Amino acid sequence: MNLLEGPPAVVAAGVDVFSAALRAQGAEVTDVDWRPPAFGDPGDLAALALDPRRAAANRTAVERVLAAGSRLVDVRPARETLGLPDRTLLHSGPPLTWEAASGPMRGALIGACLFEGWASTVEDAEALLASGGVALDPCHHHSAVGPMAGVTSPSMWTWCLEDPVNGGRAYCNLNEGLGKVLRMGAFGEEVLTRLAWMRDVLGPLLARAVRSMAEPLDVKAVLAQMLQMGDEGHNRNRAGSLMALRELAPALVALDAPSADVAAALRFIGGNEHFFLNLGMPTAKLAMDAARDVPGSTLVTVLSRNGTEFGVQTAGTGDRWFTGPAQTPVGLFLGDYGPEDANPDIGDSAIMETYGVGGFAMAAAPAIVRFVGGTVPDALATTERMYQLTLAENPAMAIPVLGFRGAPTGIDVLAVARTGWLPQINTGMAGRVAGTGQVGAGLVQPPRECFEQALAALAQEARAATAA
Amino acid sequence: MSAPAPGPGVRHVSLRGGVYADSVRLMQVSRDVGARDGVTAVLVAMATPLNVELAAGMGLAPGEPASPEQLLVGIAATDDDALAAAVAAVDTALAERERSRAAADAQPARTVGAALHDLDGPSALAVVSVPGPYAALEAADAVAARRSVLVFSDGVPVEQEVALKRAARQAGVLVMGPDCGTAIVSGVALGFANVVRRGAVGVVAASGTGAQQVSCLLDAAGVGVSHVLGVGGRDLSAAVGGLATLDALAALDADPATERVLVVSKPPAPPVAEAVARTAASLATPVRSAVLGSGTPDLTAVVEALLADLGVAVPDWPSRPGSRSAPPGAVLKGLYSGGTLADEAMLLAAPVLGDVRSNTPLRPELDCVIDPSAPDLSARGHVVVDFGDDALTVGRAHPMIDPTLRLEAIERLAASGEPAVLLLDVVLGHGADPDPAAALAPALTAAGLPAVVALVGTEADPQRWSRQADALAAAGAAVYASNAQATRHALDLLGAAR
Repeated sequence: MNLLEGPPAVVAAGVDVFSAALRAQGAEVTDVDWRPPAFGDPGDLAALALDPRRAAANRTAVERVLAAGSRLVDVRPARETLGLPDRTLLHSGPPLTWEAASGPMRGALIGACLFEGWASTVEDAEALLASGGVALDPCHHHSAVGPMAGVTSPSMWTWCLEDPVNGGRAYCNLNEGLGKVLRMGAFGEEVLTRLAWMRDVLGPLLARAVRSMAEPLDVKAVLAQMLQMGDEGHNRNRAGSLMALRELAPALVALDAPSADVAAALRFIGGNEHFFLNLGMPTAKLAMDAARDVPGSTLVTVLSRNGTEFGVQTAGTGDRWFTGPAQTPVGLFLGDYGPEDANPDIGDSAIMETYGVGGFAMAAAPAIVRFVGGTVPDALATTERMYQLTLAENPAMAIPVLGFRGAPTGIDVLAVARTGWLPQINTGMAGRVAGTGQVGAGLVQPPRECFEQALAALAQEARAATAA
Repeated sequence: MSAPAPGPGVRHVSLRGGVYADSVRLMQVSRDVGARDGVTAVLVAMATPLNVELAAGMGLAPGEPASPEQLLVGIAATDDDALAAAVAAVDTALAERERSRAAADAQPARTVGAALHDLDGPSALAVVSVPGPYAALEAADAVAARRSVLVFSDGVPVEQEVALKRAARQAGVLVMGPDCGTAIVSGVALGFANVVRRGAVGVVAASGTGAQQVSCLLDAAGVGVSHVLGVGGRDLSAAVGGLATLDALAALDADPATERVLVVSKPPAPPVAEAVARTAASLATPVRSAVLGSGTPDLTAVVEALLADLGVAVPDWPSRPGSRSAPPGAVLKGLYSGGTLADEAMLLAAPVLGDVRSNTPLRPELDCVIDPSAPDLSARGHVVVDFGDDALTVGRAHPMIDPTLRLEAIERLAASGEPAVLLLDVVLGHGADPDPAAALAPALTAAGLPAVVALVGTEADPQRWSRQADALAAAGAAVYASNAQATRHALDLLGAAR
């Protein structure tokens, strides 16, 4: 026991008369800014805190997250990588029906039906979707993720990433760029034309280029470097996108492909500052999937939104979704779009925060905090708060301004309840009306309900395990 | 999207070269200027094709070809004045450097776990006094961080106490409590504790005021303590099984500063008593127990025996004589703040006086309920009340901090006219009332009843034992550092009066 080895430094939580008495003795005292937990039955909270499995389970889960690697091994159509049959579309967030789908989700689903040729008019597509003629399933159910609407159809090309440490695979579609794009719910002619070019030209070129590379691209290493360059990997991917271009360009040029196609591909990649997002997301997905199914762990493995609901999964509760209404982000708007034009939170991209970057690494990307009219100190404060929600610091994802402290990684459901702080997510905003596209970008938090449900379920599981 | 219809009003559209600001900054400017009165639409953006198209959609298309290096400023307003002011506001905003606050306020730790995260040193520990239902949460943080923890909170379910203490044993740390009021670790007093000289005796205590009594007597004898480790009043129950007591014994046995160990408790559950005795016998360090029960030695007697073990002469325990004798037919009225001290008084009084009624009685049939809204001890024969009992501390601080209820009881007793001898404890030390005699001495003077005070403290306490003793003696009270001696003196007074 180390208790008696010298005058103790004391951490005090509760009544301040004891702290005062300790200070009067010249003892070193740290006061806890204690307040009752924001939610959760006290018995449930204690059951989790005292679950003898929890410490080891959380250590196991978060060590897998930290150890996970990410190699870009292939680019293939979703039909092949995900085994997507015809008349099946993947979408972001927890499970969703056409009836419950929001404007941008409907727009993206319509656009995908048109793109696949399952319908020839918007009206036909709507009728097809409304009749249940297209199966809808979350990306997350297929080791996949997709930004914003996340709609992935069989003909869309996907990045295939592999975790050499834990052995998993993860997939994500290709980023279309900014403005009027399918993932934001736009489905006009320019959207479909671009998707066709990506299917016919960009995807095959990238596939050949990636397969020709002597060493598969270490995507995790790029993500780590981005944080040194002012990106946080969710809403700001400028450096990462250029680094991806740097890695892919020689391989693309070396292909025996028409120079006009190669030039178009390079121009497309170089002109899209979110190109890397669709590589960063499956990298985070690999890490979080590695932490799945660890009984007794209160680690969050998924934060995701479908434009209607926010969904959470945890390592201790498998594939079960805990959902609540998606909130509307607060931020800045393009042109004269305003808050009334914004759709509620949407996209699998909150996998970045689940992994400890994005909003959690806000301190690495001060430019992002201005989306809400904040300041650099706000960015630092946000990251500092997230350290109290998380189980570990990721040494691979170092934040320069914090003395290269590792990013706060591995959200603990119990810590969310106790601190009353919700995870901070940086996000894009899609227009509320189908077909609009992007209207802005900003900050958002999950609804508390998700964590309330997750906490209750984890506590129930803990009690059952303790009783057994 | 609320597209403004080009209608009545005035417009400003300009393209500026040599100005660059990033898109986020420009969106902020657009938003701020757009919020001004009389402004109906604003677009301040680099003149990329996308933004020029947006401007056109807002009726703010530039009249000349634009290039992406130029800054496009487009404003629509209701009148010329509003427009001119808006243009000026754009200029000001673009010139203004971003305000930068001082460094972010450090984020205070909201949990014990977060606060412990940044602490180094082998002997960091936590003190938890949050409401009982949440105490295990915070204490579990300390155990997980392999730190010992003192849990002052009461109302912690016993199964949580057991789970905490089992985890602590695995982690090699000690959980002191729940409901642990006293500890001294390497000279640092936690909770309610006295300023006691460092010495060779380690104390393990399931009783807070009991630990304070023995540590103060050891100090008065010039011996002092190495550490006082509280374990919580329930530790020696069958349910908890003495988990913390056994761990504390082992820790003190391994501590080079500790040459003798003293265990202070109420009578443990029999199987637990056996386990503690077995462990104590196996230690290299000699262990003595002060078990407060019927027929066992009082705390002072055990300290005296320990002094004999150490070859230290028993001093005259500090005291001050009182100036009043007991009226004929007087009964004992004990008004205690420390539960263990109240027990000790009843155990000593019962063989002499017979039945002593109490809110924490020796036998259930002697129970007497004290109404906290009208604390009346009169007309029930011999009574000893523990004002620190949970039922009397609802909504108020412990009587060691807030004497109000006890002072009111003294006043009521005097007013009742019942002949009585008052027996009180006054516990000094960290966390306690900074000057208890200031209120108690006048109350005793006003009551005019003979009073005996067990004054538990040391000369080094912030309240200073002799200063408090003198003030109480000046009010006519007899004052003893030993609660057993105080009780016996009260019994003598009563005996003389019979």
